[in-house]
Amino acid sequence: MVLGKVVGTVVSDSKVAALEGVRFLLVEKLDAATMQGKKDYVVAMDSVGAGPGEIVFYVSGSSARLTPVTEGKPADATITAIVDAVDVDGKSVYRKDTP
Amino acid sequence: MILARVAGTVVTDRSTDGISGARYLLVESCDGAGTGKKGYIIALDAVGAGQDEVVLVSQGTSSRQTPDTDRKAVDALIIGIVDAVDEHGTITYRK
Repeated sequence: MVLGKVVGTVVSDSKVAALEGVRFLLVEKLDAATMQGKKDYVVAMDSVGAGPGEIVFYVSGSSARLTPVTEGKPADATITAIVDAVDVDGKSVYRKDTP
Repeated sequence: MILARVAGTVVTDRSTDGISGARYLLVESCDGAGTGKKGYIIALDAVGAGQDEVVLVSQGTSSRQTPDTDRKAVDALIIGIVDAVDEHGTITYRK
């Protein structure tokens, strides 16, 4: 899984029928040690109700299809968790209430 | 598999992984001596690994080949705690 920050939404009107109602979010990958954005982006389907500004992680590849929202759909990146806290080398680098 | 050092923890109480009691660790890919390379991923812990331990991480579809992760949305799994690494006949890491 990869740590990222939801930086926006991606809207698509013309898409394959299987994707009706699926939300696309723009996710910037983060360097976990500093929690800084890496200017590297991925569009991920949302399975947890994540929103802009939230720290999340997403799964890639065939595992991206194994959530209730994405099962049987052409997903290759799915947000599966909203992150509450990250600790690196004994130091707290992120707490959800104090971003 | 890759060798990685357990660098920290990632806590979530909102996830769609469907795994009860899932424990996620932040792991940093490392060399045979356990020295980190600054590349981090989040891996599900299947073995009870601790901070700074060198572990084996399986990625992709293979990370779903355990009873607990079968058909779950997981793409990286800690499958072992490394006791020793031998590189060219020299022990480079020992737990």
